[in-house]
Amino acid sequence: MVVSLVVLVAIFGAALLAPWIAPYAPQKMSIAERLQPPSAHHWMGTDGFGRDVLTWVIFGARVSLAVGLMVVAVATVLGTAIGLVAGYVRRFDTPLMRLTDALMAFPDILLAIALLAGLGPSLFNVVLALGIVYTPRVARIVRGATLVLRELQFVEASEALGAADARIMLVHLLPNLISPLIVQASFIFAYSILTEAALSFLGAGVPPTTPTWGNMIAGAQQYMQQADWLILAPGLAIVLAVLSLQIVGDGLRDALDPKLRRLM
Amino acid sequence: MTAYIARRFAGMVVVMLLVAMIVFVIARVIPGDPAGVMLGSAATPDDVAALRHQLGLDRSLPTQFAIYLEQIASLDLGNSIFLNRPVLQAMGERAMLTTLLTLMAVGISVGIGVPVGILSAVKRGSVVDQAATAVSMLAASLPSFWVGLTLIEYLAVHAGWFPVAGYGDPGAGLADHLRHLVLPAIALGLPNSALLIRFTRTSMLDVLHEDYIRTARAKGLGARAVVFKHAFRNAMIPVLTVIGLTIATLIGGAIVTETVFGLPGIGNLIVSAVLRRDYPVIQGALLVVSGLYVLINLSVDLLYAAVDPRIRY
Repeated sequence: MVVSLVVLVAIFGAALLAPWIAPYAPQKMSIAERLQPPSAHHWMGTDGFGRDVLTWVIFGARVSLAVGLMVVAVATVLGTAIGLVAGYVRRFDTPLMRLTDALMAFPDILLAIALLAGLGPSLFNVVLALGIVYTPRVARIVRGATLVLRELQFVEASEALGAADARIMLVHLLPNLISPLIVQASFIFAYSILTEAALSFLGAGVPPTTPTWGNMIAGAQQYMQQADWLILAPGLAIVLAVLSLQIVGDGLRDALDPKLRRLM
Repeated sequence: MTAYIARRFAGMVVVMLLVAMIVFVIARVIPGDPAGVMLGSAATPDDVAALRHQLGLDRSLPTQFAIYLEQIASLDLGNSIFLNRPVLQAMGERAMLTTLLTLMAVGISVGIGVPVGILSAVKRGSVVDQAATAVSMLAASLPSFWVGLTLIEYLAVHAGWFPVAGYGDPGAGLADHLRHLVLPAIALGLPNSALLIRFTRTSMLDVLHEDYIRTARAKGLGARAVVFKHAFRNAMIPVLTVIGLTIATLIGGAIVTETVFGLPGIGNLIVSAVLRRDYPVIQGALLVVSGLYVLINLSVDLLYAAVDPRIRY
């Protein structure tokens, strides 16, 4: 847990400070230096255009983390709204939950790729598509927790005092949902890094000129036999980031509110 | 039980209607006119208008949706723009490969996940348990396409144990086809085994704490008999549900894996359809795959109710 937090802080730090700590400019090409194995000059070697792999891994962290954070934001806001209304306002429960069932019937990557086929590949659209894909997961958890919370006395008390539905949901229920939301956010963060990489790899995600871990692996395919470091570096970056997020998520789940554990 | 089955079927129909609606909305949200895409840039506005009329695109949205549902009901998912054949036929031609791949991947996930999960639960807190937890976390963090490429690099290119890509000659026997699917199935199944390790472990731990297990132990039954005869059967019931869900996840994962290994399956069909904007294929695939998912889910739930007499709805 501590180690993974340190790793996450390091990845976030690298992403934030990318322009200052990256050894080279991301788009600097040098044909003379193409496909060089890792060395003192290029710690992770160079790619088919002679670009520094370490620089791309660092700049790739920016995109992957930015996508992850924005997806978490979109899915959390939409999912919380849907889940709260479904859990608290009875007549909306069935229609909203059937809708989330239907959305969850599509495999993540298929729904994302279909949305992107229409929207076109761009960073913003990737965030939008993945946000839609992960909204139902948040909605389900929020609804489950809301169903438990609404039966508690403090909610009954404010109902008796005549508080409006919106007030009960926002002032009384929402603060109690923070712990499950934080835990879920860390997992969605991890999934969206994986899915974003897969989308980039398929050519349906962020355009290939943008440094992302998925794009790096896609570009490395043709040089696989001569330069295996090209695939190892971004792959390990993905594994490290996702693994750390999952360990932190697990730790948070155990630490925060054990009562709500069963709902997740 | 009959009432339960009926209720579940009704629920399934509602969800499938919503699925069809989502697919319809996605198709309509797509910028650009399907008729324009189908005819290409050389088409005159009159041609486009004629095709729009023929496709029913000039009618109101509810009417279009009704027509769409009617087509689905008569199993007509339209024609692929680029392959010049019905979408269902194109999917059918590729279904065998994707089915085999998915089944092999399920086999690998279950073959790793269930034994490791049981071992982990039986030896709770031991080094074995901690190692299994660590491995499952790591496996869950692996991008399957990256695992695939790494396997190709080391086991196919360098070691030469497996074919690098493709599905073998069309006329080759099943054994040759299966040999081509070994690495893809590992790439697809390995990350997925993580979930099964965790679920099997949790489920076994739950069961091992039950009174009847203590009774069995008190009777003097051997550890093996307690674990396999008494605990295993009950612990597998929830795991069955997860295996069902896994199949659906794997169908999604096949999209990526088939691209990595150049396998001409349904996943490959979907990716090329997305890159070429072949909308009828994308819509058809969405509908068929989600329909499969809903069906698998329903069968698992019904199986669950049949296997466990305690479950009454």
